[in-house]
Amino acid sequence: MGTLYEDMVDYGGEVFGREHLETLRECVQCGKCTGGCPSGRNTALRTRKLMQMALLDMREEIFNAPELWFCSTCFTCYERCPKGVKTTDIIRTLRNLAAKEGHMSVPHRMIGVYVMKTGHAVPIGPAQMELREAVGLESQPPTAQHPQNKEQLEQVQKLFRATNYDAMIDFDWDTMNLRGMDKGGKK
Amino acid sequence: MSGEDGGKEYAYFLGCITPNRYPGIEAATKKIFKGFGIESKEMVGASCCPAPGVFGSFDMHTWLPVAARNLAIAEEMGLEIFVTCNGCYATLQEADHLLKKHPKLKEKTNKILSEIGREYKGTTKVNHSIVIMHDIIGLDKLKERITKPMNDVNVAVHYGCHFLKPREVRGHGSSETPYILEDLVKVTGAKEVDYKDKLMCCGAGGGNRTADSVQSLEWTRQKLVNATIAGCDCMVHPCAFCHLQLDRGQAEMNKAFGTDFNFPILFITQFLGLAMGLSVKELGLDIQTTTIPEKLLK
Repeated sequence: MGTLYEDMVDYGGEVFGREHLETLRECVQCGKCTGGCPSGRNTALRTRKLMQMALLDMREEIFNAPELWFCSTCFTCYERCPKGVKTTDIIRTLRNLAAKEGHMSVPHRMIGVYVMKTGHAVPIGPAQMELREAVGLESQPPTAQHPQNKEQLEQVQKLFRATNYDAMIDFDWDTMNLRGMDKGGKK
Repeated sequence: MSGEDGGKEYAYFLGCITPNRYPGIEAATKKIFKGFGIESKEMVGASCCPAPGVFGSFDMHTWLPVAARNLAIAEEMGLEIFVTCNGCYATLQEADHLLKKHPKLKEKTNKILSEIGREYKGTTKVNHSIVIMHDIIGLDKLKERITKPMNDVNVAVHYGCHFLKPREVRGHGSSETPYILEDLVKVTGAKEVDYKDKLMCCGAGGGNRTADSVQSLEWTRQKLVNATIAGCDCMVHPCAFCHLQLDRGQAEMNKAFGTDFNFPILFITQFLGLAMGLSVKELGLDIQTTTIPEKLLK
């Protein structure tokens, strides 16, 4: 494990390109990000502070702060940063590292459960099938959740296995739920 | 990309919320497109995009191959994609952008995709439905079909975030002075009314709704208050996920905050559909939380 900055550039760099995340070093703490942040109006999220904390290697403080997850990734700060700091992608990468180190809420982990079970973060149920029929559509679209597309769903599941997402959220393939959770999704 | 009748064909990437919560958006979009000779082809086996601020926030190394698989399905169909959700747009367009920009990343992603017998080639294009209406169908042709003009209707346009931002990926010009959605609203004869924080996020994205739903609803509440103060009759937008937050969110916020909101929310094709004489029922506007006032139905 390197510093938080190094880990962030390593992990996110493979996807975004290292130079994209190295823009964090350009931050001059002007606060334009926080000034336009819709979350910061209502929550403790202070993007300027978060950028500085990342540079100061305050890993545990960042990972344990609930407000790390109160960014809606609206990209307002990203667009307005006068130094070209790729704020939103830096936040997404910091969240990736936090999640990898076990800082992930149960509701957030459950979104992965839905996708691994059905192929969809928001699956369809009987009530919604009726809504589809009411507007003249097939009761179920031919997506990965359709019973006829079991092989397609298995492809999606394979990708989640191949990238170890299942292990990260502690997914149990036998119960198709988080390990240690009952059917209602409660611990 | 020509269909048998000489019209155009696109692969319609449905995502999750459009088909599974608000099928009225799907029905309205397919109907309007068909009316202009555009066929929406089903993407068999497509999954969650997966959500950009959610799976992108949890693990981008999982997010990318799942997105690439969806792109590969459209490539195999030999078609460009269109979407009715900014989340789907964000993920599929960004994944396509990154895979084209970084050859090593493409190689790594294809190694994972080879395990399921698929390959990302980079031969499709990800379009938002509002761009197809604005640039491919065109404002003049849309205008010809307006049979029930919205002359006295004041509209609050809500863009959502990921149609416009980040500019370097989206490519629709300024994210502070957009025009596409405004043009589409004005085609109906309606007045597009500016309001405080028009370009602000609905509050749902990035896992924020899941992290703390009441807190995320406060963003939505502020937007609806601002649109009300500006004298708007309804809000029109291009994103299924925003629709969920703006529409169903009103029932949730009425419960959480003790408010009494019933501010009409319409996806752009539902709004255009009304102006083209389609019924509330056909457009699925009777199976959502907020109700459509008489003023929009005249």
